[in-house]
Amino acid sequence: MTAVETWQKSARAIAADVRAGRLTAAAAAAAGFEGPAARWEREVHAVLSTDADARARAAAKAPTSARLAGVPVLLKDNLCTVDHPTTCGSRILGHWRSPYDATVVRRLREVGAVVVGKGNMDEFAMGSSTEFSAFGPTRNPYDLARVPGGSSGGPAAAVAYGLVPLALGSDTGGSVRQPAAFCGVLGLKPTYGRLSRYGLVAFGSSLDQVGIFARHVGDVAEAYEVLAGDDPFDASMREGVAPDVSTWDAGVKGLRFGWPANLWRAGVDGAIVTALETAAGHLERAGATRVPFEFLPGTFAVATYYLLATAEASSNLARFDGVRYGRRASADELTALYARTRGEGFGPEVRRRILLGTYALSAGYHDEFYLKAQRARTRIVREYAAAFARCDVMLMPATPTLAFALGEKTDDPLAMYLSDVFTIGANLAGIPGLSVPMGLAGGLPVGVQLLGPADAEPVLLRAARALEAEGRTGDMTKGYEREFAWPGKR
Amino acid sequence: MAIDRAEAARIAELARLHVPGAELDRLAVELSKVLEFAATLNQLELSDEPLTAFAPAAAALRADEPDGRTFDAETALANAPEAEGGFFLVPPVVEDLEP
Repeated sequence: MTAVETWQKSARAIAADVRAGRLTAAAAAAAGFEGPAARWEREVHAVLSTDADARARAAAKAPTSARLAGVPVLLKDNLCTVDHPTTCGSRILGHWRSPYDATVVRRLREVGAVVVGKGNMDEFAMGSSTEFSAFGPTRNPYDLARVPGGSSGGPAAAVAYGLVPLALGSDTGGSVRQPAAFCGVLGLKPTYGRLSRYGLVAFGSSLDQVGIFARHVGDVAEAYEVLAGDDPFDASMREGVAPDVSTWDAGVKGLRFGWPANLWRAGVDGAIVTALETAAGHLERAGATRVPFEFLPGTFAVATYYLLATAEASSNLARFDGVRYGRRASADELTALYARTRGEGFGPEVRRRILLGTYALSAGYHDEFYLKAQRARTRIVREYAAAFARCDVMLMPATPTLAFALGEKTDDPLAMYLSDVFTIGANLAGIPGLSVPMGLAGGLPVGVQLLGPADAEPVLLRAARALEAEGRTGDMTKGYEREFAWPGKR
Repeated sequence: MAIDRAEAARIAELARLHVPGAELDRLAVELSKVLEFAATLNQLELSDEPLTAFAPAAAALRADEPDGRTFDAETALANAPEAEGGFFLVPPVVEDLEP
């Protein structure tokens, strides 16, 4: 049997090797880039920026006795870093270099993790396929003709094909959970306010959360423990101590999982429905109980979200005006400078959303659109609260379809928006969600989603672990570890 | 259609976002489609629902003391497209200042 190579290992296994002196942080950080991933990356395009010198410098500084010692991490390119550019997948930031690290980045570095580069994304996290990156799309490692999902498509794909065991993204409407499902990895969107957003470039501030990608449930728990916690630089942090996720392997005996089957009665891929039944069976055999109920269709959440998120985005993105940073269009008058800089710098989807949000907030339409959406949001929050009075977690699809083809939805914004129909509710309600891989169907990853009430991260991880322990979630990693062949190349 | 070409142009001006004239018609169609979809919210009875407030229940306060993490002018200006004498440089905002 071939020994498992470093690039194939979990974050915890790499850290254990570094702590024990069996592996240097430099070798750990270089492993993904020297393995087969270096070849695959040319076709997948998960990474926007990386360089060997920066990796070596970061590895040299990493404490080698800490809990994530030497663990290579890829960051979505909307997380600020001092040693790599931060582009947000946009041209408008030009050659901007952040003068500070995001709090989550600082926390990772403090425990020995090595930032190896920045991952591709839809421009300003607006998109569900990573096709709206100004620097070209990322491709799904399982089928290069398909999208990896988005907006955090680069980090998701990189974890899937083994460049890194751990990556961070951001999730405003599903941007961690949807690409995780398309790429066959775990993707956690924590409870609103549990991970600091200082240094995360803002999109929709009442919705944005930093999220975690990994191939192992234990790695998600480990990263969550490192990242969750108070930050005086983020005024929107949730009060109280972050939940203890060290119980991630404690089993699901007595757990009640909600089963809102009306949501997938129509319009959901058969492979996903099968995966839900399989997952439910695993949970029941492990001692959990199924609680069927009806739930509000996700289309209402999509309608609510695309009014609120765009309204917030139109305000947040006002800062990109060519005055203090980024590129500047030439103009001899200030208003023209703003308008031309923004017109030239923003891509099509960002322009659409800024205009939609500006309209929803404008005089005469504010009540009809923005305020109505705020009321609908309250209704959705209540709907989840009622569900979680009856169950501890909800089991449901992460996405209505498997990874779709490149170009399939780029000309139809509404079709693209509806690919978030199962993920958006969690952002509106501020609750945690976890996308869990359930193996392959026709060569493509199939994911399911677990949702819980605020601070239910430990329960989500326990349920995900119960599924992982059944062997289904590890199929892909084990498959290519065993065969040493690239799945996308079969 | 909720938004026509003229309305799209008005929104673009409000957003300080230059949109080439050739794109306005397409944008008007796309935005209208999304707004028509958003109108599905009318199927929900929402008049009694309060607005969502997503701020923490109580603002987190700390002692009013500087913590040392601050940027000097040079760092703050390092990414500026144009800067001069410690300031961001922009085209004239107010003209004809001569008395």
